[in-house]
Amino acid sequence: MSFRKFPEPRPSDVTPQPIYERRREVLKLLGLAIPGLLVGCSPDSNGQTAQTAPAVIDTRLPELTIAKRGAFSTTEAQTSYNDATHYNNFYEFGTSKADPARNSARFKPHPWSIEIAGEAEVTGTFTLEDILKPHPLEERIYRMRCVEGWSMVIPWVGFQLSDLIARFKPTSAAKYVAFTSVERPREMPGQADAVLDWPYREGLRMDEAMNPLTLMVVGLYGHALPNQNGAPLRLVVPWKYGFKGIKSIARIEFVEKQPRTAWNLAARSEYGFFANVNPEVDHPRWTQATERRISGSGFNLLGNRILTQPFNGYGEQVASMYSGMDLKQDF
Amino acid sequence: MAHRFDRIAASKPFVFAACLIPLAWLAWDTLSNALGTDPVAQLEHRSGDWTLRLLLTTLAITPLRMLTKQNWLIRYRRMFGLFAFFYASVHMSIYLIVDLGGFWSQIFTEIAKKPYITVGFAAWLMMIPLAVTSTKGMIRRLGRNWQRLHRLVYLIGLCGVLHFMWLVKSGNKIAVTEPLIYLGILIVLLALRVPIWLKQLRARTARNSPQSINRRVGFSPPNA
Repeated sequence: MSFRKFPEPRPSDVTPQPIYERRREVLKLLGLAIPGLLVGCSPDSNGQTAQTAPAVIDTRLPELTIAKRGAFSTTEAQTSYNDATHYNNFYEFGTSKADPARNSARFKPHPWSIEIAGEAEVTGTFTLEDILKPHPLEERIYRMRCVEGWSMVIPWVGFQLSDLIARFKPTSAAKYVAFTSVERPREMPGQADAVLDWPYREGLRMDEAMNPLTLMVVGLYGHALPNQNGAPLRLVVPWKYGFKGIKSIARIEFVEKQPRTAWNLAARSEYGFFANVNPEVDHPRWTQATERRISGSGFNLLGNRILTQPFNGYGEQVASMYSGMDLKQDF
Repeated sequence: MAHRFDRIAASKPFVFAACLIPLAWLAWDTLSNALGTDPVAQLEHRSGDWTLRLLLTTLAITPLRMLTKQNWLIRYRRMFGLFAFFYASVHMSIYLIVDLGGFWSQIFTEIAKKPYITVGFAAWLMMIPLAVTSTKGMIRRLGRNWQRLHRLVYLIGLCGVLHFMWLVKSGNKIAVTEPLIYLGILIVLLALRVPIWLKQLRARTARNSPQSINRRVGFSPPNA
């Protein structure tokens, strides 16, 4: 019943079925046509992989095998692939939204390894393949709300973080999960600027990490993550502001105390640890009562503003975790 | 009967047209869908940028005139000032109509709660009396008060730059280069006026000294 007071998505927000299906045809056509053109274009050769604003999906990125679709998904109109991959906050590649797509061609997400550390029975350094192997991939279409007051609807491909965590058997001392991004100043030009205290860090309370909504993501729109979206592995926590979704994860640590997080370290009064989407708690600069939805063709100037929902509309799944907490205090 | 050709007057339509180029450019990019992923934010940023640029251009006339002794420059000042107001109004309208859209009444809470919007809105409000009193008739009618009133432009400039500085995402170390450039230019433009202000101040204190007042009213103290 917690959805009672929220507006249903308007019929105009929903992508018509024929168009939605045609998307796959276009894909198939491109899948057949493009590989021939790309012979000799290794993903590492400099410049070749530079993003030249693809209108549809970048088929140079491998298509993923999706075992399951639909859980917790929304039917709201999706953001275009081009917008979701060319409007990014990923300060490791620069502070403007266009920078990550422009400056991430040199970044090498393969080979990749992830260190698992802290209060768990199984720890150590694992290759990405070892991390991913046991997990069938699932597509989930989530709303993504940025603290800056805009939002998108993105079909992510990944698996539940809870399934990954279970493999490492965290001990009872593990109260929080701390994530650390990779630090590679030579491949990430933005790290030359001390805009944040590198490497980027994020964290979740254990129950938040174990919530079925919390996703480890390896792709979007059916294809592997482009560098600018956090390849090869990132976090997506749909009821929290986008900055919680740490990208290019290099380390996961189970800890007893609440970990410090990058934006909280930069401006404690503006970015809380929990960072749950909350229309009642305003940011000093951006209103959180409403948001500008970036979806569809991207060219509809009017009527993009919608009401922001508590927990970004996922209250039914997550609100109980915060009962008894003053979320205006613990924002 | 041959009038001297007034070059300044003749050039004004061209300057006027030049001031409209940013608007035309914005309109063109809007119609050709070239504003990128978040077109509303682009419209806001670009109209805001041009407001500040024209405001600083207006403020640059006096120091430039002083330094170059080119007095004709002053004849463009009103046009730049009015265009600054015009772009500020475009900027406001985009925010209110396009961005806030159906939630336009949200502007009241924004003005009250977001410092950068408070100063931005204040700057726009203060520009209204200056625009209204920019006609020849008003200048004549207001006399010396006209100049007093129009000193508001310094405060408007400061509020405009603060509006930009405070809206930029900032942690402890986030660089805010672009607004700082505007702030730097504003400070230089105001600093260049300091000699003029000092001179005026000295003239006024001299005028208001007991001796000079006595002289003016024809009073001579008994023991003088």
